[in-house]
Amino acid sequence: MYLYDDLDRTLVAERVADFRDQVGRRLSGELTEDEFKPLRLMNGVYLQLHAYMLRISIPYGTLSSAQLRKLAHVARTYDRGYGHFTTRTNIQFHWIKLEQLPNAMADLASVGMHGMQTSGNNVRNVTTDQWAGVAPDEIEDPRIYAEVIRQHVTLHPEFSFMPRKFKIAVGSAAHDRAALRIHDLALRLHRNGAGELGFEVMVGGGLGRTPFLAKTIKPFLLKRDVLSYVEAVLRTYNQFGRRDNIWKARIKILVHDLGAEAFAKEVETEWRTIKDGPLALDNAVFAEIAGRFRYPDYVPLDDAPRALAEARRADRAFDVWFGNSVTNHKVPGYCIVTLSLKPEGGTPGDATAEQMDAIADLADRYSFGEIRVGHEQNLTLPHVAQRDLPALWRKLADIGVATPNVNLISDIISCPGLDYCSLANARSIPIAQQIASRFRDRNLARELGRLHINISGCINACGHHHVGHIGILGVEKNGEEFYQITLGGKADEDAKLGTLIGPAVPFAQVADVVEDIAAAYVELRERPDELFIDTVQRTGVEPFKERVYATR
Amino acid sequence: MPLVKSGQIVEDRYVRALDDAPIPDGAPVIVQAARFLADAAELVARDAPIGVLWPNDRRVAELAPWLDELALVALHFPKFKDGRAYSQARLLREHYGYRGELRATGDVLRDQFQFLLRAGFDSFEVRKPADALVFAAAAARYSVFYQPSADGRPPALRRRLQHGGSPAVRTREAV
Ligand code: SF4
Repeated sequence: MYLYDDLDRTLVAERVADFRDQVGRRLSGELTEDEFKPLRLMNGVYLQLHAYMLRISIPYGTLSSAQLRKLAHVARTYDRGYGHFTTRTNIQFHWIKLEQLPNAMADLASVGMHGMQTSGNNVRNVTTDQWAGVAPDEIEDPRIYAEVIRQHVTLHPEFSFMPRKFKIAVGSAAHDRAALRIHDLALRLHRNGAGELGFEVMVGGGLGRTPFLAKTIKPFLLKRDVLSYVEAVLRTYNQFGRRDNIWKARIKILVHDLGAEAFAKEVETEWRTIKDGPLALDNAVFAEIAGRFRYPDYVPLDDAPRALAEARRADRAFDVWFGNSVTNHKVPGYCIVTLSLKPEGGTPGDATAEQMDAIADLADRYSFGEIRVGHEQNLTLPHVAQRDLPALWRKLADIGVATPNVNLISDIISCPGLDYCSLANARSIPIAQQIASRFRDRNLARELGRLHINISGCINACGHHHVGHIGILGVEKNGEEFYQITLGGKADEDAKLGTLIGPAVPFAQVADVVEDIAAAYVELRERPDELFIDTVQRTGVEPFKERVYATR
Repeated sequence: MPLVKSGQIVEDRYVRALDDAPIPDGAPVIVQAARFLADAAELVARDAPIGVLWPNDRRVAELAPWLDELALVALHFPKFKDGRAYSQARLLREHYGYRGELRATGDVLRDQFQFLLRAGFDSFEVRKPADALVFAAAAARYSVFYQPSADGRPPALRRRLQHGGSPAVRTREAV
């Protein structure tokens, strides 16, 4: 947990006052909608199909119970009683009235939350591993660096009007849980040969119309240089990124057009002129930031307590959930618990105000008051004592967040699609619901094992369909919703873009196609434990394609 | 279009000699980039201040040899959403050490004043008269800054360290 001080709080309060003034000027007509648009966008306010949407930043996915309660309050008071967690680990409220926005923001500011830079052509929420600080395989807590960067880019006077949005992710574990290579800029903490800590710098990743995986432009950057290097990348992009065509404005296009090497050279030249200036960071700075992250006072506990083993033997449902939703923690006796926001028939990533309040209470009781949001649109309780699991499980089940489908076929990542989004070509949520209900048989889903489905309602790819094991993209053909299917994408340390298997299929056939793909996999896999993605990689998409289109 | 300098609305003493317009004798004048570069030695030798209107898609490095003699550099915002001139401004101030007047022209609006100041601009051709009237208030909207920039104000990180003490002790509330 990161502790805000007076400086952070002052800034957020000043921001609320600023926005209140802007909304006032819009309501009085002093500002046109055109002039207001970029101002509201800088505060996370979008105009959607039905209403304004407010997106609130959850830096590196970490929430305190007080913050989650405040989100519940906003959902209840200003919205329709629920919120939607996004693939960028933010939360969106889809039904807020313009006049009420300043009050909602003031309420959020009371717990240090805001919508700054959750939209607009600036640096967006810096994301990281949802298990940061507790994962056994990490080198250091990546949130310290995410926070250093977050502060630096907040209301940055030079980079608030870049060609397009800019997404940064920071990782520090052997296993990439932050989808680093699909970001505009990604930093991976690692050690060089001399044992020093530094970052691999990757740029130019991004999905959308022209998907690219980020390329490494600097294999090793000392920690002290992280801000100056980020500044040099942003400055290069701000000056030379394309502004004539919104579809070519992301940094990935600049990197692609110049070539990664020429881009890196441009950055390097700029960086050398600033690296020893005020942006060079010493250990005191890192220590200051690190010192404001609070870690729980863990108590010495035994790993795998007997009571847990007994509970697993006694209750099959608990055992299944345990096997699915509980992960190792770096401290003995503790574990990480994932709360599925993908119940059958639900909207992926949605949580009601009641659920948020209840989860906040459970976090206080069982997880040192802390909650995480992951890019898979689930929540996590990061510090649960293993002995508390049976009690916690019952309470999670009571509020509908213990569906044991984490990482399985019904743990679908989906954008809001045509149900909310004005840019959509097709619906996404109903597709997710149909697939989830098709695989409602838990045994079948478990039998299929780890399988990520990602759905986007248009080419903007907010549902990250290119990196889904099965990717589903809504397109429009003659006024009807069709869906393109890709296979073999993944967003981990070995990231790949999926391959299109053939012509788009109509809305009514998507669930059938997924079923065919699942059946083909079961036949094709070499062993029951060969994962879907590994089978696709071994066989290529051809056999899947044959199966899907044989009868269509 | 009012001109704001040092927080005040002032008269613009510069004449713009655009394209091939004649350059008036003895008057402060602003010319466009190509014309300036073509005749730079002559233009800076005039006995009146010379300024250049610089487009946002040309590297300011080209101006480097002349910065000591230039009285004014005007950078352009074709639309306020086009933020290239912020980078140019910082490069001029922080990298090339330019000390003359740095003017923001084009779509210059109140909600950008503070960004512009922080990037090193010190004069503003403000598009809307109403915005110019509230310049001082708009320029003082924020008192906390997270990053060092051309205005030399200490960022939050440094302020915290200067105040010393354990931040954990000074922090009142966990959020
Ligand atoms: S992918 Fe398209 S439809 Fe889905 S949220 Fe993004 S813009 Fe909207």
